[in-house]
Amino acid sequence: MKNFITYAIFVIISAVIILGLALPIPDIPALGDKARVLYFHVPMSWISVLAFFMSMWYSIRYLKTRDHNYDIKSYSSAQLGFLFCILATATGSLWAKFSWGSFWNWDPRQTSIFILLLIYGAYFALRSAIESEDQRAKLSSVYSIIAAVTVPFFVFIMPRIVESLHPDPILNTQGKINMDSSMLTVFLSALVGFTMLYLWMLDLKIRAEKLNYKKLSLTD
Amino acid sequence: MLLKNSYLVFKKDLSSELRTRYVINSLLMFVLVIISIIRFAIGDEKVDNEILTGLLWIAIFFTSVSGLSRTFVKEEEKETSFSLKLSTGSNSVILGKLFFNLILTFSLNLLILFLFVIITDYEIKNFSGFMIVIVFGNLGLVSASTIIAAIISKANSKGTLYPVLSFPVLLPLLITVINATKLASVGVETGKLLGEIQILLSYFIVVTVASLMLFKYVWED
Amino acid sequence: MNSIELISENISKTYSGKVIFKNLSLKLAGGDSLTVLGRNGSGKSTLIKILAGLISANRGDLFLKENNVKVERGKWYSKIGLISPYLNLYDELSAVENLEFFCGLRDENGSDSKDRINSYLNKVGLYEKRNEPVKNYSSGMKQKLKLIFAVINEPKILFMDEPRTNLDSEGIKIVYETAESHRENGILIVATNDADDIELCSDSLNIEDYK
Repeated sequence: MKNFITYAIFVIISAVIILGLALPIPDIPALGDKARVLYFHVPMSWISVLAFFMSMWYSIRYLKTRDHNYDIKSYSSAQLGFLFCILATATGSLWAKFSWGSFWNWDPRQTSIFILLLIYGAYFALRSAIESEDQRAKLSSVYSIIAAVTVPFFVFIMPRIVESLHPDPILNTQGKINMDSSMLTVFLSALVGFTMLYLWMLDLKIRAEKLNYKKLSLTD
Repeated sequence: MLLKNSYLVFKKDLSSELRTRYVINSLLMFVLVIISIIRFAIGDEKVDNEILTGLLWIAIFFTSVSGLSRTFVKEEEKETSFSLKLSTGSNSVILGKLFFNLILTFSLNLLILFLFVIITDYEIKNFSGFMIVIVFGNLGLVSASTIIAAIISKANSKGTLYPVLSFPVLLPLLITVINATKLASVGVETGKLLGEIQILLSYFIVVTVASLMLFKYVWED
Repeated sequence: MNSIELISENISKTYSGKVIFKNLSLKLAGGDSLTVLGRNGSGKSTLIKILAGLISANRGDLFLKENNVKVERGKWYSKIGLISPYLNLYDELSAVENLEFFCGLRDENGSDSKDRINSYLNKVGLYEKRNEPVKNYSSGMKQKLKLIFAVINEPKILFMDEPRTNLDSEGIKIVYETAESHRENGILIVATNDADDIELCSDSLNIEDYK
């Protein structure tokens, strides 16, 4: 079963890469072939948010149960989330360079992902500054929950401060409306494939971290 | 009981602060330093309100994150936290400290604002609206900084960690409050700032409730 | 009759992969007393902190029962008194201010604690200097003040971690008297290096046996 999932992920992602580049896409004004980045960029952004909330969920579980495995899960999810967050930022700013002319111009979506990067960074900085495992698990859990409750505020704030350049609604409304069936299939497969990839990597990461933890607690 | 104990913790912090001037002295100097830096950076340039509001909040943010952690860090450093743990529940501790930090921040912000207006030609057209925004902004600022102070008081390299941890959490508040004070300073009526004030108030409520729920984990072991 | 019980079941504590103790079980009720023995750095203080509810164990269960009802963790503090080297009072406040603060926190019905504080201060001989900031005290005087802090609210369980620290013979006598009067009804737990202190308690536990 495990092997099957691994192969399935491999097949889906390979297919997304090949078809995403090969299949024709409908002509979207001002985007053109550059819209192909959405097969990779959107799943990655989605996963960086998903991983963040998974991490928060495991933090809550940890505080409730004090079971160290939840801390391992929370930490592993945050590490993967950080990785995908960097990838999403990179793919996003590449696209921005060719669509808007500069890699970074502080539009709402860029600001949001920048904040997510900052939160991840702060979370890791906090973890590395605490020696005792219990304290580290507990305090980083509390921090990730505090950070998570403030994130939704951006949903209300962003529309207020941005006057021009509303790029994301453009991509969403036009992109979704204009997505023909082949494009939609590739896009949805990419979403499913990358989410499965994340879950598979998370499982791997958790098992590795657990072994690591066991090794640590046995060396006395 | 909870309120009485929170008040006692607040009173204890206040009287020991007044006696040692641990935080106040260094914070006053910090305010002077940062205000002078702003003064020398601006020179005699005519700077518009948009940039001045940003500078004002830079001063407020860094003053807060250099002083507000003291109240928790001191309990850990002087090893008095166990005596406090053996005498009262966690909620009265966080509320007492929150209240102390609120008074401290609010008076410091008044000072910063006063000095800032003197050294620059920052003009506040809608003063009452501006102050309302400052008050509501302070509530959220202090609430988030206080729980993060509790977290970092148990970690190493506290000084550098504090701004790093506070900034992403405070960013929604800072964006809103900078925007709202900017609008008030150019004369937008208070009624038009209600949306911003609502965000600031709900930020304060959400963070305070989360702090009250989570602080016991930070405090108890 | 108000009965108190402290029960630990197979508690273990590790710190950074190092076992401090494991599978430690004990059951103490009002009138029981226990000495915790062990070398320096063997984890006596850690055990005391865990039993007092100040830090948590990695594994195992710990209960505090009053009249057969479990006391919830957030309320443990109201049953416990502790004197120990890692617990300090506020340096910049005077003895009276410190004690008034701590009594005020513990006090549920707002009664006046002044008389109680003064009689304790008299007993240990700190009355004359009651209004001086604690930072001017000698370490022996601080230890005496900490002793008052531990017992002034009449805790059900009294922990004494190295109670002799910095005390002169007169101070030690006060510690002994306090311990003896406490163990009549309450639980007394003493962590010590000093062989003389063993006689304070009816039972003893060597932490090295739980490595």
